[in-house]
Amino acid sequence: MARYSAFSILRNALSGQKNWQRAWRAAEPKPSYDVIVIGGGGHGLATAFYLAENHGIRNVAVLEKAYIGGGNVGRNTTVIRSNYLLDGNTQFYEFSMKLWENMSRALNFNVMFSQRGQLVTAHSADQLDGFSHRANIMRLNGIDADILDRDEVRRLVPYLDFSDTARFPIHGAIFQGRAGTARHDAVAWGYARAADGHGVDIIQNCEVTGFLRDGDRIIGVETTKGRIGAGKVGLAVAGHTSVLGAKAGLELPIESHVLQAFVTEPLKPLVDHVVAYGADHFYVSQSDKGGLVFGGNLDGYNSYAQRGNLGVVREVAEAAIALMPCISRVRLLRHWGGVMDMTPDASPIICPTPIEGLFLNGGWCYGGFKATPASGWCFAHTIVTGRPHPLIAAYGLDRFRTGHTLDEAGAGPSAWLQ
Amino acid sequence: MLRIECPCCGLRDHDEFRYGGDASVTRPAHDDPDPEAWYRYVYVRANPAGLHREFWQHVIGCRQWLVVERDTRNHAIASVELARQLSARKSPARKPPA
Repeated sequence: MARYSAFSILRNALSGQKNWQRAWRAAEPKPSYDVIVIGGGGHGLATAFYLAENHGIRNVAVLEKAYIGGGNVGRNTTVIRSNYLLDGNTQFYEFSMKLWENMSRALNFNVMFSQRGQLVTAHSADQLDGFSHRANIMRLNGIDADILDRDEVRRLVPYLDFSDTARFPIHGAIFQGRAGTARHDAVAWGYARAADGHGVDIIQNCEVTGFLRDGDRIIGVETTKGRIGAGKVGLAVAGHTSVLGAKAGLELPIESHVLQAFVTEPLKPLVDHVVAYGADHFYVSQSDKGGLVFGGNLDGYNSYAQRGNLGVVREVAEAAIALMPCISRVRLLRHWGGVMDMTPDASPIICPTPIEGLFLNGGWCYGGFKATPASGWCFAHTIVTGRPHPLIAAYGLDRFRTGHTLDEAGAGPSAWLQ
Repeated sequence: MLRIECPCCGLRDHDEFRYGGDASVTRPAHDDPDPEAWYRYVYVRANPAGLHREFWQHVIGCRQWLVVERDTRNHAIASVELARQLSARKSPARKPPA
């Protein structure tokens, strides 16, 4: 694999930039692999990369039913933060943040990680108290967090509604300066290229249709490209975990729901940070092309449709304008939907499963993108050792049976309300 | 926008309704001491990519709870029924107090 560098660009300039290699090979399946990772999204590709990079396991295939980056890794709003409250979440997402901070270098691929800072507005004294609680927990875990008062928020983001008529006046905000965004396609491509460089086969247009068994043990998969044997199988297909889990015989506490994302026509620089609205569900950043990228609530009913309904477009637009009246005349350019694995506590499930040879990485709700590197790192460790990595010890499937749920929002067990 | 044919009010946009989740799970008896039964009722979902039986309540209308059969891949609605009719069929009406 040729390294990308300023020098390689100059060298290729001499031949008109016509001699670049493809970023990863178009692999066809071998008869068997040490590990098969199902799902060529961010998490699956990161898992394959860390299997090779951290554990030296290179006889690995990533099976993707469509194309790399076509699922949720290319559909999210690209927000990266580590401002979690609960033990288990706090440490995991901060570990992920540290991996983000070195990702472009580790992958030799510019993922355009931009630590522009993220703030969540508070709209009552009580909410700001809650944020102070969260900020203290973050600081005790060595994570940067600041509490801003109204004037400080106003200096930072003067375009929000600070008028006397604001429906929910801004009292302050919680701010994490190291939070930000990354180019989500580049994350998929970067992991794919780096994994391929280690010898991992990335097999696109290869849908898994069933599992091969020897007694109770899973020994491979049936695919649209034939049978492929495997020492171990990792499932990283969030959105469709229930569908593949059912084929393997897993009963899961997961519902699939559609989350929409939106982008406006390009504007001159306006939103310098990631801004989240504390009085409703709305979060926005500005892309390098100038479009405002934002999202809001789930559509609210089980769906595998990968497209959203217009009622939610209206709701999200209402929240947007309540927070940022200045964008009321901006036109929406596109909106799209992704299928989320929603769990009853809005936390993920990464663990060995009761089925020998099968490992599960799913239930990411709408927080999966920021977790991509840590998820791959810990899932690779779990697959290799057969035991959960310490950072994902809280994400076991058993927690719902034992009552150890991680309900960050305190929303209760209805997946569509998380 | 989904449109749900409410048995009382006719064809209505889905944002008049509140979603109530999977209607195929059965609540254990109130005194059932088996934690596994409660785990399955509260948490485990079949989550099919296909026909899904689900509760909706017509909150901005007749306020009745409905059971809707909908395909989760394309939102085609196969049937709509009043939830109380369904539960009446499942468990015969209780005898009136003597």
